[in-house]
Amino acid sequence: MIIKGKVHKFGDDINTDDIIAAKHLVHTEAEELGKHCFESIRHDFVHKVNRGDIIVAGKNFGCGSSREHAPLALKGCGIAAVIAKNFAAIFFRNAINIGLPFLGLEEIEEIGEGDSLEIDLSSGIIKNLSKNQIYQTEAFPRFLQEIVEDGGLMSYIKKKGKGKG
Amino acid sequence: MAHTAKKDLKPGEFIEADVDLALGNDITAPLAIREFKKSGFKKVFNKNKIALVPDHFTPAKDLKSANNCKILAEFSKEQEIKNYFEIGRMGIEHVLLPEQKIVLPGDLVIGADSHTCTYGALGSYATGVGSTDLARAFIDGKCWFKVPHSLKFIYKGKIGKWLGGKDLILFTIGCIGVDGALYKAMEFSGPVIDRLDMDSRFAMSNMAIEAGARTGIIAPDEVTLRYVRPAPRKFKVYHSDKNAVYEKVYEWDITKLEPQVACPHLPSNVRAVGELREVKLDQVVIGSCTNGRISDLRVAAKILKGKKIKSGVRLIVIPGTQKIYLQAVREGLAEIFINAGGVFSTPTCGPCLGGHVGVLTEGEVALATTNRNFIGRMGSPKSFVYLSNPAVAAASAITGRVTHPGCIV
Repeated sequence: MIIKGKVHKFGDDINTDDIIAAKHLVHTEAEELGKHCFESIRHDFVHKVNRGDIIVAGKNFGCGSSREHAPLALKGCGIAAVIAKNFAAIFFRNAINIGLPFLGLEEIEEIGEGDSLEIDLSSGIIKNLSKNQIYQTEAFPRFLQEIVEDGGLMSYIKKKGKGKG
Repeated sequence: MAHTAKKDLKPGEFIEADVDLALGNDITAPLAIREFKKSGFKKVFNKNKIALVPDHFTPAKDLKSANNCKILAEFSKEQEIKNYFEIGRMGIEHVLLPEQKIVLPGDLVIGADSHTCTYGALGSYATGVGSTDLARAFIDGKCWFKVPHSLKFIYKGKIGKWLGGKDLILFTIGCIGVDGALYKAMEFSGPVIDRLDMDSRFAMSNMAIEAGARTGIIAPDEVTLRYVRPAPRKFKVYHSDKNAVYEKVYEWDITKLEPQVACPHLPSNVRAVGELREVKLDQVVIGSCTNGRISDLRVAAKILKGKKIKSGVRLIVIPGTQKIYLQAVREGLAEIFINAGGVFSTPTCGPCLGGHVGVLTEGEVALATTNRNFIGRMGSPKSFVYLSNPAVAAASAITGRVTHPGCIV
Protein backbone atom coordinates (compact mmCIF):
# COMPACT_ATOMS: atom_id res chain seq x y z
CA MET A 1 0.00 0.00 0.00
CA ILE A 2 1.36 3.42 -1.01
CA ILE A 3 0.47 6.56 0.91
CA LYS A 4 1.21 9.99 -0.55
CA GLY A 5 0.57 13.22 1.30
CA LYS A 6 1.76 16.45 2.83
CA VAL A 7 3.46 16.64 6.20
CA HIS A 8 2.07 18.23 9.37
CA LYS A 9 4.91 18.49 11.89
CA PHE A 10 4.53 18.13 15.65
CA GLY A 11 7.00 18.00 18.54
CA ASP A 12 7.73 15.49 21.31
CA ASP A 13 5.26 13.93 23.78
CA ILE A 14 2.10 14.73 21.81
CA ASN A 15 -0.54 13.29 24.15
CA THR A 16 -4.00 11.96 23.44
CA ASP A 17 -5.61 15.03 25.09
CA ASP A 18 -3.78 17.09 22.44
CA ILE A 19 -5.08 14.84 19.68
CA ILE A 20 -8.67 14.84 20.93
CA ALA A 21 -9.78 16.79 24.02
CA ALA A 22 -11.82 14.85 26.58
CA LYS A 23 -14.92 16.99 26.09
CA HIS A 24 -15.37 15.36 22.67
CA LEU A 25 -15.18 11.80 24.02
CA VAL A 26 -18.96 11.62 24.15
CA HIS A 27 -18.65 10.84 20.42
CA THR A 28 -17.48 7.51 19.03
CA GLU A 29 -17.61 8.13 15.26
CA ALA A 30 -14.26 8.84 13.55
CA GLU A 31 -15.76 11.55 11.37
CA GLU A 32 -17.22 13.52 14.27
CA LEU A 33 -14.05 13.12 16.36
CA GLY A 34 -12.00 14.20 13.34
CA LYS A 35 -13.66 17.62 13.37
CA HIS A 36 -11.92 18.39 16.67
CA CYS A 37 -8.49 16.86 16.06
CA PHE A 38 -5.65 18.87 17.68
CA GLU A 39 -8.15 21.59 18.60
CA SER A 40 -6.41 22.54 21.89
CA ILE A 41 -2.88 22.91 20.53
CA ARG A 42 -3.44 23.84 16.85
CA HIS A 43 -6.94 25.15 16.41
CA ASP A 44 -6.73 25.59 12.62
CA PHE A 45 -5.38 22.07 12.02
CA VAL A 46 -8.62 20.55 10.75
CA HIS A 47 -8.95 23.37 8.21
CA LYS A 48 -5.44 22.81 6.88
CA VAL A 49 -5.43 19.03 6.70
CA ASN A 50 -6.25 17.19 3.47
CA ARG A 51 -7.26 13.57 3.13
CA GLY A 52 -4.12 11.46 2.78
CA ASP A 53 -1.85 13.82 4.75
CA ILE A 54 0.81 12.54 7.11
CA ILE A 55 1.74 13.47 10.69
CA VAL A 56 5.46 13.64 11.47
CA ALA A 57 6.24 13.98 15.19
CA GLY A 58 8.98 13.53 17.79
CA LYS A 59 9.27 10.99 20.57
CA ASN A 60 6.49 9.35 22.64
CA PHE A 61 3.64 10.18 20.24
CA GLY A 62 0.21 9.42 21.69
CA CYS A 63 1.17 9.34 25.37
CA GLY A 64 -1.45 9.70 28.09
CA SER A 65 -4.92 8.26 28.06
CA SER A 66 -6.02 5.00 26.43
CA ARG A 67 -8.69 6.71 24.33
CA GLU A 68 -8.95 4.94 20.99
CA HIS A 69 -10.79 8.11 20.01
CA ALA A 70 -7.31 9.60 19.37
CA PRO A 71 -6.28 7.41 16.41
CA LEU A 72 -9.93 7.47 15.30
CA ALA A 73 -9.87 11.29 15.26
CA LEU A 74 -6.67 11.23 13.18
CA LYS A 75 -8.28 8.84 10.73
CA GLY A 76 -11.50 10.85 10.77
CA CYS A 77 -9.84 14.09 9.72
CA GLY A 78 -8.05 12.36 6.89
CA ILE A 79 -4.61 11.51 8.27
CA ALA A 80 -3.33 8.48 6.36
CA ALA A 81 -0.25 7.68 8.47
CA VAL A 82 1.81 8.83 11.43
CA ILE A 83 5.60 8.89 11.46
CA ALA A 84 7.31 9.53 14.82
CA LYS A 85 10.55 8.79 16.64
CA ASN A 86 8.59 6.38 18.81
CA PHE A 87 5.07 5.80 20.08
CA ALA A 88 3.42 5.46 23.48
CA ALA A 89 2.41 1.87 24.18
CA ILE A 90 -1.39 2.18 24.22
CA PHE A 91 -1.44 4.42 21.13
CA PHE A 92 0.79 1.84 19.43
CA ARG A 93 -1.73 -0.94 20.03
CA ASN A 94 -4.77 1.21 19.29
CA ALA A 95 -3.32 2.30 15.95
CA ILE A 96 -2.67 -1.32 15.01
CA ASN A 97 -6.08 -2.44 16.23
CA ILE A 98 -7.97 0.13 14.16
CA GLY A 99 -5.61 -0.13 11.20
CA LEU A 100 -4.01 3.35 11.27
CA PRO A 101 -0.58 2.96 9.66
CA PHE A 102 2.41 4.31 11.60
CA LEU A 103 6.17 4.12 11.25
CA GLY A 104 9.10 4.79 13.56
CA LEU A 105 11.80 7.07 12.19
CA GLU A 106 14.76 8.63 13.97
CA GLU A 107 15.57 11.32 11.35
CA ILE A 108 12.32 13.27 11.64
CA GLU A 109 14.24 16.59 11.95
CA GLU A 110 15.13 16.27 8.28
CA ILE A 111 11.46 16.36 7.30
CA GLY A 112 9.78 19.77 7.19
CA GLU A 113 6.24 21.10 7.53
CA GLY A 114 4.48 20.79 4.16
CA ASP A 115 6.99 18.34 2.63
CA SER A 116 5.48 15.73 0.31
CA LEU A 117 6.08 12.16 1.42
CA GLU A 118 5.47 8.82 -0.20
CA ILE A 119 5.29 5.82 2.13
CA ASP A 120 5.40 2.22 0.97
CA LEU A 121 3.92 0.35 3.92
CA SER A 122 4.89 -3.11 2.74
CA SER A 123 8.58 -2.27 2.38
CA GLY A 124 8.70 0.40 5.10
CA ILE A 125 10.36 2.87 2.71
CA ILE A 126 9.62 6.58 3.15
CA LYS A 127 10.47 8.93 0.28
CA ASN A 128 10.65 12.66 0.90
CA LEU A 129 9.65 13.90 -2.57
CA SER A 130 10.28 17.54 -1.62
CA LYS A 131 13.85 16.92 -0.46
CA ASN A 132 14.70 13.89 -2.54
CA GLN A 133 15.58 11.72 0.46
CA ILE A 134 14.83 8.08 1.17
CA TYR A 135 14.53 6.35 4.53
CA GLN A 136 14.22 2.65 5.27
CA THR A 137 12.16 2.03 8.41
CA GLU A 138 11.77 -1.17 10.36
CA ALA A 139 8.96 -3.46 9.24
CA PHE A 140 6.32 -4.53 11.77
CA PRO A 141 6.71 -7.94 13.39
CA ARG A 142 4.81 -10.58 11.40
CA PHE A 143 2.08 -10.96 14.04
CA LEU A 144 1.22 -7.26 13.88
CA GLN A 145 1.47 -7.14 10.09
CA GLU A 146 -1.24 -9.78 9.94
CA ILE A 147 -3.57 -7.67 12.08
CA VAL A 148 -2.94 -4.54 10.00
CA GLU A 149 -3.31 -6.50 6.73
CA ASP A 150 -6.64 -7.87 7.94
CA GLY A 151 -7.83 -4.29 8.50
CA GLY A 152 -7.59 -4.25 12.28
CA LEU A 153 -7.95 -6.56 15.24
CA MET A 154 -11.65 -7.35 14.93
CA SER A 155 -11.38 -8.56 11.34
CA TYR A 156 -8.28 -10.52 12.32
CA ILE A 157 -10.16 -12.25 15.13
CA LYS A 158 -13.14 -12.94 12.88
CA LYS A 159 -10.84 -14.46 10.30
CA LYS A 160 -9.25 -16.67 12.92
CA GLY A 161 -12.81 -17.69 13.80
CA LYS A 162 -11.99 -17.98 17.47
CA GLY A 163 -14.59 -18.20 20.21
CA LYS A 164 -17.53 -17.89 17.83
CA GLY A 165 -20.57 -18.21 19.98
CA MET B 1 3.11 -16.46 32.67
CA ALA B 2 0.41 -18.81 33.96
CA HIS B 3 -1.94 -16.96 31.59
CA THR B 4 -0.27 -18.19 28.43
CA ALA B 5 0.74 -21.56 27.07
CA LYS B 6 4.29 -20.33 26.49
CA LYS B 7 6.85 -21.31 29.09
CA ASP B 8 9.81 -19.04 28.58
CA LEU B 9 8.90 -15.43 27.83
CA LYS B 10 11.45 -12.98 26.53
CA PRO B 11 11.11 -9.19 26.58
CA GLY B 12 10.06 -7.85 23.19
CA GLU B 13 8.22 -11.05 22.29
CA PHE B 14 4.55 -10.86 21.20
CA ILE B 15 2.19 -13.25 22.96
CA GLU B 16 -1.51 -13.85 23.40
CA ALA B 17 -2.78 -14.48 26.91
CA ASP B 18 -6.02 -15.14 28.80
CA VAL B 19 -7.11 -12.24 30.95
CA ASP B 20 -8.69 -12.55 34.41
CA LEU B 21 -10.58 -9.30 34.03
CA ALA B 22 -11.45 -6.94 31.18
CA LEU B 23 -12.55 -3.45 32.23
CA GLY B 24 -14.26 -0.59 30.47
CA ASN B 25 -15.88 2.74 31.38
CA ASP B 26 -18.51 5.09 29.97
CA ILE B 27 -16.02 6.58 27.48
CA THR B 28 -14.24 3.48 26.22
CA ALA B 29 -16.85 0.72 26.57
CA PRO B 30 -19.47 2.15 24.17
CA LEU B 31 -16.88 1.86 21.36
CA ALA B 32 -16.00 -1.67 22.47
CA ILE B 33 -19.65 -2.70 22.66
CA ARG B 34 -20.25 -1.34 19.16
CA GLU B 35 -17.28 -3.31 17.79
CA PHE B 36 -18.37 -6.45 19.65
CA LYS B 37 -21.86 -6.21 18.17
CA LYS B 38 -20.52 -5.44 14.70
CA SER B 39 -18.39 -8.58 14.85
CA GLY B 40 -21.50 -10.75 15.01
CA PHE B 41 -20.66 -12.49 18.28
CA LYS B 42 -23.63 -12.88 20.58
CA LYS B 43 -22.30 -13.76 24.06
CA VAL B 44 -19.32 -12.48 25.99
CA PHE B 45 -16.68 -15.06 26.90
CA ASN B 46 -17.37 -14.91 30.62
CA LYS B 47 -19.89 -12.60 32.30
CA ASN B 48 -17.94 -12.76 35.57
CA LYS B 49 -14.65 -11.58 34.09
CA ILE B 50 -15.85 -8.26 32.74
CA ALA B 51 -16.25 -5.04 34.70
CA LEU B 52 -18.11 -2.01 33.38
CA VAL B 53 -17.92 1.16 35.45
CA PRO B 54 -19.59 4.38 34.28
CA ASP B 55 -17.35 6.85 36.12
CA HIS B 56 -15.93 9.49 33.78
CA PHE B 57 -18.87 11.68 32.78
CA THR B 58 -21.26 10.43 35.48
CA PRO B 59 -23.74 11.16 36.89
CA ALA B 60 -24.44 11.80 33.21
CA LYS B 61 -23.22 15.31 32.46
CA ASP B 62 -25.22 15.76 29.24
CA LEU B 63 -27.42 13.93 26.75
CA LYS B 64 -24.57 12.25 24.89
CA SER B 65 -23.06 10.98 28.15
CA ALA B 66 -26.47 9.73 29.25
CA ASN B 67 -26.72 7.79 26.02
CA ASN B 68 -23.27 6.25 26.51
CA CYS B 69 -24.23 5.23 30.06
CA LYS B 70 -27.39 3.65 28.70
CA ILE B 71 -25.31 1.59 26.26
CA LEU B 72 -23.31 0.22 29.22
CA ALA B 73 -26.40 -0.47 31.31
CA GLU B 74 -28.25 -2.26 28.51
CA PHE B 75 -25.26 -4.32 27.47
CA SER B 76 -24.62 -5.31 31.10
CA LYS B 77 -28.22 -6.40 31.50
CA GLU B 78 -28.31 -8.29 28.23
CA GLN B 79 -24.99 -10.07 28.90
CA GLU B 80 -25.66 -10.44 32.66
CA ILE B 81 -22.35 -8.72 33.45
CA LYS B 82 -21.81 -9.29 37.14
CA ASN B 83 -19.54 -6.33 37.79
CA TYR B 84 -21.55 -3.45 36.41
CA PHE B 85 -21.84 -0.51 38.78
CA GLU B 86 -24.64 1.98 38.43
CA ILE B 87 -24.21 5.43 39.97
CA GLY B 88 -25.04 5.34 43.66
CA ARG B 89 -23.23 2.02 43.87
CA MET B 90 -20.20 2.92 41.85
CA GLY B 91 -16.87 4.57 42.27
CA ILE B 92 -13.90 5.62 40.21
CA GLU B 93 -12.98 2.33 38.56
CA HIS B 94 -9.41 2.06 39.85
CA VAL B 95 -10.44 2.85 43.41
CA LEU B 96 -13.54 0.66 43.22
CA LEU B 97 -12.21 -2.61 41.80
CA PRO B 98 -9.50 -3.20 44.43
CA GLU B 99 -11.90 -2.07 47.18
CA GLN B 100 -14.51 -4.59 45.99
CA LYS B 101 -11.76 -7.22 45.69
CA ILE B 102 -12.56 -7.74 42.04
CA VAL B 103 -8.83 -7.52 41.28
CA LEU B 104 -6.50 -9.70 43.35
CA PRO B 105 -2.75 -10.38 43.37
CA GLY B 106 -1.49 -12.40 40.42
CA ASP B 107 -4.37 -11.43 38.13
CA LEU B 108 -3.85 -10.48 34.52
CA VAL B 109 -6.05 -7.43 33.98
CA ILE B 110 -6.66 -5.31 30.91
CA GLY B 111 -8.65 -2.12 31.09
CA ALA B 112 -9.73 0.29 28.40
CA ASP B 113 -8.39 3.05 30.60
CA SER B 114 -4.74 4.00 30.84
CA HIS B 115 -4.72 4.03 34.65
CA THR B 116 -5.48 0.31 34.81
CA CYS B 117 -1.82 0.04 35.83
CA THR B 118 -3.03 1.03 39.33
CA TYR B 119 -3.61 -2.65 40.22
CA GLY B 120 0.11 -3.29 39.90
CA ALA B 121 0.12 -2.20 43.54
CA LEU B 122 -1.61 -5.51 44.34
CA GLY B 123 1.05 -7.50 42.51
CA SER B 124 -1.13 -8.08 39.47
CA TYR B 125 -0.10 -7.47 35.87
CA ALA B 126 -2.58 -4.79 34.94
CA THR B 127 -2.33 -2.62 31.89
CA GLY B 128 -4.24 -0.09 29.82
CA VAL B 129 -5.51 -1.05 26.38
CA GLY B 130 -7.92 0.41 23.83
CA SER B 131 -11.59 -0.16 23.10
CA THR B 132 -10.93 -2.64 20.30
CA ASP B 133 -8.76 -4.70 22.66
CA LEU B 134 -11.68 -4.70 25.07
CA ALA B 135 -14.11 -5.75 22.30
CA ARG B 136 -11.80 -8.61 21.40
CA ALA B 137 -11.54 -9.68 25.05
CA PHE B 138 -15.35 -9.71 25.24
CA ILE B 139 -15.23 -12.35 22.49
CA ASP B 140 -12.57 -14.78 23.65
CA GLY B 141 -11.04 -13.41 26.84
CA LYS B 142 -7.69 -12.93 25.17
CA CYS B 143 -5.39 -10.03 24.51
CA TRP B 144 -2.11 -9.60 22.64
CA PHE B 145 0.87 -8.35 24.62
CA LYS B 146 4.43 -7.36 23.91
CA VAL B 147 6.43 -8.72 26.84
CA PRO B 148 7.99 -5.62 28.45
CA HIS B 149 11.50 -5.07 29.72
CA SER B 150 11.62 -4.25 33.43
CA LEU B 151 13.00 -1.31 35.34
CA LYS B 152 13.58 -1.55 39.09
CA PHE B 153 13.17 1.40 41.43
CA ILE B 154 14.54 1.11 44.98
CA TYR B 155 13.55 3.76 47.51
CA LYS B 156 15.73 3.99 50.61
CA GLY B 157 15.74 6.16 53.71
CA LYS B 158 12.71 7.53 55.55
CA ILE B 159 9.81 9.30 53.91
CA GLY B 160 9.20 12.80 55.30
CA LYS B 161 6.11 14.06 57.06
CA TRP B 162 3.30 15.07 54.65
CA LEU B 163 4.73 12.94 51.85
CA GLY B 164 3.20 9.83 50.32
CA GLY B 165 3.27 7.57 47.29
CA LYS B 166 2.25 10.51 45.12
CA ASP B 167 5.48 12.35 45.92
CA LEU B 168 7.59 9.27 45.21
CA ILE B 169 6.01 8.74 41.81
CA LEU B 170 6.14 12.44 40.87
CA PHE B 171 9.81 12.50 41.90
CA THR B 172 10.42 9.36 39.82
CA ILE B 173 8.67 10.74 36.72
CA GLY B 174 10.58 13.99 37.20
CA CYS B 175 13.83 12.02 37.11
CA ILE B 176 13.12 9.67 34.20
CA GLY B 177 10.66 11.72 32.10
CA VAL B 178 7.27 11.00 30.55
CA ASP B 179 8.88 8.36 28.33
CA GLY B 180 11.43 7.13 30.87
CA ALA B 181 9.71 3.76 31.11
CA LEU B 182 8.24 3.63 27.59
CA TYR B 183 6.76 0.17 26.97
CA LYS B 184 8.40 -1.15 30.15
CA ALA B 185 7.24 -2.56 33.45
CA MET B 186 8.23 -0.53 36.50
CA GLU B 187 8.86 -2.38 39.74
CA PHE B 188 8.76 -0.34 42.95
CA SER B 189 10.66 -1.71 45.94
CA GLY B 190 12.87 -0.97 48.92
CA PRO B 191 12.36 -0.16 52.60
CA VAL B 192 10.26 2.94 51.87
CA ILE B 193 7.79 0.94 49.78
CA ASP B 194 7.66 -1.80 52.43
CA ARG B 195 6.35 0.78 54.90
CA LEU B 196 3.81 2.42 52.55
CA ASP B 197 0.12 1.70 53.10
CA MET B 198 -1.97 0.40 50.19
CA ASP B 199 -3.52 3.79 49.39
CA SER B 200 -0.06 5.27 48.84
CA ARG B 201 1.00 2.25 46.82
CA PHE B 202 -2.04 2.58 44.56
CA ALA B 203 -1.14 6.25 43.96
CA MET B 204 2.35 5.20 42.85
CA SER B 205 1.32 2.38 40.53
CA ASN B 206 -1.48 4.57 39.15
CA MET B 207 0.98 7.02 37.61
CA ALA B 208 3.37 4.46 36.10
CA ILE B 209 1.64 5.25 32.77
CA GLU B 210 2.77 8.86 33.16
CA ALA B 211 6.32 7.58 32.63
CA GLY B 212 5.10 5.57 29.63
CA ALA B 213 5.12 2.23 31.51
CA ARG B 214 2.80 -0.67 30.78
CA THR B 215 2.41 -1.29 34.51
CA GLY B 216 3.89 -0.40 37.91
CA ILE B 217 4.28 -3.47 40.06
CA ILE B 218 4.80 -3.78 43.79
CA ALA B 219 5.46 -7.33 45.04
CA PRO B 220 2.73 -8.47 47.45
CA ASP B 221 3.71 -8.51 51.12
CA GLU B 222 1.91 -8.51 54.49
CA VAL B 223 0.40 -5.09 53.75
CA THR B 224 -1.06 -6.39 50.48
CA LEU B 225 -2.37 -9.58 52.05
CA ARG B 226 -4.03 -7.71 54.92
CA TYR B 227 -5.78 -5.56 52.30
CA VAL B 228 -7.10 -8.42 50.17
CA ARG B 229 -8.08 -10.85 52.93
CA PRO B 230 -10.61 -12.29 53.33
CA ALA B 231 -10.48 -12.76 49.58
CA PRO B 232 -13.56 -13.88 47.64
CA ARG B 233 -11.53 -16.31 45.52
CA LYS B 234 -8.11 -17.91 45.29
CA PHE B 235 -5.23 -15.78 44.11
CA LYS B 236 -1.56 -16.25 43.45
CA VAL B 237 1.33 -14.25 44.84
CA TYR B 238 4.16 -13.79 42.37
CA HIS B 239 7.58 -12.44 43.22
CA SER B 240 10.29 -11.42 40.81
CA ASP B 241 12.73 -14.20 39.98
CA LYS B 242 15.85 -14.14 42.17
CA ASN B 243 17.94 -13.82 39.02
CA ALA B 244 15.56 -11.37 37.34
CA VAL B 245 17.21 -9.18 34.73
CA TYR B 246 16.40 -5.49 34.85
CA GLU B 247 17.21 -3.17 32.01
CA LYS B 248 18.09 -0.57 34.60
CA VAL B 249 18.00 -0.24 38.39
CA TYR B 250 17.39 3.16 40.00
CA GLU B 251 18.19 3.64 43.67
CA TRP B 252 17.36 6.76 45.64
CA ASP B 253 17.57 7.86 49.27
CA ILE B 254 14.44 9.96 49.65
CA THR B 255 14.95 11.07 53.27
CA LYS B 256 15.37 14.72 52.33
CA LEU B 257 12.67 14.74 49.66
CA GLU B 258 10.21 17.66 49.89
CA PRO B 259 6.60 17.28 48.73
CA GLN B 260 6.67 17.24 44.92
CA VAL B 261 4.55 19.26 42.51
CA ALA B 262 4.27 18.72 38.74
CA CYS B 263 3.95 22.02 36.88
CA PRO B 264 2.11 22.64 33.59
CA HIS B 265 2.00 20.99 31.12
CA LEU B 266 3.68 17.64 31.77
CA PRO B 267 3.71 15.28 34.78
CA SER B 268 7.52 15.19 34.47
CA ASN B 269 7.84 18.95 35.02
CA VAL B 270 8.38 18.38 38.74
CA ARG B 271 9.60 20.84 41.39
CA ALA B 272 9.80 20.82 45.17
CA VAL B 273 6.77 22.51 46.75
CA GLY B 274 8.94 25.26 48.24
CA GLU B 275 9.94 26.54 44.81
CA LEU B 276 6.36 27.35 43.85
CA ARG B 277 5.23 29.69 46.66
CA GLU B 278 4.34 32.40 44.15
CA VAL B 279 1.85 30.27 42.20
CA LYS B 280 -1.66 31.65 42.86
CA LEU B 281 -4.59 29.28 42.60
CA ASP B 282 -8.23 29.53 41.51
CA GLN B 283 -9.18 25.94 42.23
CA VAL B 284 -8.02 22.95 44.26
CA VAL B 285 -9.22 19.43 43.45
CA ILE B 286 -8.76 16.52 45.86
CA GLY B 287 -9.81 13.17 44.43
CA SER B 288 -9.32 10.95 41.34
CA CYS B 289 -8.08 7.39 40.78
CA THR B 290 -4.70 8.61 42.04
CA ASN B 291 -5.69 10.24 45.33
CA GLY B 292 -9.39 9.73 46.06
CA ARG B 293 -8.93 7.14 48.80
CA ILE B 294 -9.83 7.40 52.48
CA SER B 295 -6.30 8.16 53.70
CA ASP B 296 -6.07 10.94 51.10
CA LEU B 297 -9.25 12.50 52.48
CA ARG B 298 -8.06 12.00 56.06
CA VAL B 299 -4.80 13.86 55.56
CA ALA B 300 -6.60 16.68 53.73
CA ALA B 301 -9.18 16.94 56.52
CA LYS B 302 -6.45 17.00 59.15
CA ILE B 303 -5.07 20.15 57.55
CA LEU B 304 -8.43 21.78 56.82
CA LYS B 305 -10.00 21.09 60.22
CA GLY B 306 -11.28 24.33 61.71
CA LYS B 307 -9.87 26.36 58.83
CA LYS B 308 -11.43 28.26 55.94
CA ILE B 309 -10.21 28.11 52.38
CA LYS B 310 -8.96 31.36 50.88
CA SER B 311 -11.61 33.68 49.52
CA GLY B 312 -11.70 33.42 45.73
CA VAL B 313 -10.46 29.83 45.75
CA ARG B 314 -12.73 26.87 44.98
CA LEU B 315 -12.10 23.57 46.74
CA ILE B 316 -13.62 20.40 45.25
CA VAL B 317 -13.26 17.15 47.16
CA ILE B 318 -14.30 13.95 45.40
CA PRO B 319 -14.19 10.62 47.25
CA GLY B 320 -13.23 7.65 45.07
CA THR B 321 -16.18 5.40 45.89
CA GLN B 322 -19.51 5.35 47.68
CA LYS B 323 -17.89 3.37 50.51
CA ILE B 324 -15.20 6.03 50.95
CA TYR B 325 -17.86 8.74 50.73
CA LEU B 326 -19.84 7.16 53.53
CA GLN B 327 -16.73 6.61 55.63
CA ALA B 328 -15.77 10.26 55.15
CA VAL B 329 -19.23 11.27 56.36
CA ARG B 330 -19.02 8.97 59.38
CA GLU B 331 -15.55 10.18 60.35
CA GLY B 332 -16.65 13.80 60.11
CA LEU B 333 -14.33 14.52 57.17
CA ALA B 334 -17.18 15.64 54.92
CA GLU B 335 -18.20 18.17 57.55
CA ILE B 336 -14.65 19.54 57.74
CA PHE B 337 -14.52 20.04 53.96
CA ILE B 338 -17.94 21.70 53.86
CA ASN B 339 -17.21 23.94 56.86
CA ALA B 340 -13.96 24.98 55.24
CA GLY B 341 -15.97 26.20 52.26
CA GLY B 342 -15.41 23.27 49.93
CA VAL B 343 -17.59 21.13 47.67
CA PHE B 344 -17.99 17.46 48.65
CA SER B 345 -19.04 15.60 45.51
CA THR B 346 -20.37 12.20 44.57
CA PRO B 347 -17.63 9.93 43.11
CA THR B 348 -16.67 10.79 39.52
CA CYS B 349 -13.55 11.28 37.39
CA GLY B 350 -15.16 14.64 36.58
CA PRO B 351 -12.65 17.50 36.55
CA CYS B 352 -9.53 15.32 36.19
CA LEU B 353 -10.13 15.14 32.44
CA GLY B 354 -12.07 18.37 32.14
CA GLY B 355 -15.36 16.51 32.05
CA HIS B 356 -17.55 18.23 34.62
CA VAL B 357 -17.72 19.16 38.35
CA GLY B 358 -15.02 21.81 38.11
CA VAL B 359 -13.90 22.62 34.59
CA LEU B 360 -11.39 25.50 34.31
CA THR B 361 -11.88 28.55 32.13
CA GLU B 362 -9.23 30.62 30.34
CA GLY B 363 -6.41 31.86 32.54
CA GLU B 364 -7.40 29.82 35.59
CA VAL B 365 -4.91 27.86 37.66
CA ALA B 366 -5.65 24.66 39.56
CA LEU B 367 -3.74 22.46 41.96
CA ALA B 368 -5.07 18.92 41.78
CA THR B 369 -4.26 15.54 43.26
CA THR B 370 -5.02 14.06 39.84
CA ASN B 371 -2.53 12.52 37.43
CA ARG B 372 -2.24 14.65 34.29
CA ASN B 373 -1.61 18.32 33.61
CA PHE B 374 -1.52 18.34 29.81
CA ILE B 375 -2.69 21.43 27.91
CA GLY B 376 -6.46 21.72 28.34
CA ARG B 377 -6.67 18.66 30.57
CA MET B 378 -9.04 20.30 33.06
CA GLY B 379 -10.89 22.49 30.58
CA SER B 380 -9.66 25.51 28.66
CA PRO B 381 -6.45 25.05 26.64
CA LYS B 382 -5.44 28.33 28.30
CA SER B 383 -5.76 27.02 31.86
CA PHE B 384 -2.97 25.61 34.04
CA VAL B 385 -2.89 22.47 36.19
CA TYR B 386 -0.37 21.65 38.91
CA LEU B 387 -0.29 18.15 40.46
CA SER B 388 0.44 17.34 44.10
CA ASN B 389 -0.42 15.10 47.01
CA PRO B 390 -3.63 15.74 49.06
CA ALA B 391 -1.80 17.39 52.00
CA VAL B 392 -0.22 20.03 49.74
CA ALA B 393 -3.57 20.51 47.98
CA ALA B 394 -5.40 21.09 51.28
CA ALA B 395 -2.77 23.51 52.61
CA SER B 396 -2.78 25.39 49.31
CA ALA B 397 -6.58 25.76 49.37
CA ILE B 398 -6.19 27.65 52.67
CA THR B 399 -3.53 30.08 51.45
CA GLY B 400 -4.56 30.32 47.81
CA ARG B 401 -0.96 29.63 46.78
CA VAL B 402 1.08 26.43 46.41
CA THR B 403 1.93 25.75 50.05
CA HIS B 404 3.88 23.23 52.13
CA PRO B 405 1.49 21.62 54.66
CA GLY B 406 4.08 22.30 57.37
CA CYS B 407 3.32 26.02 57.00
CA ILE B 408 -0.31 25.44 58.04
CA VAL B 409 -0.20 22.76 60.72
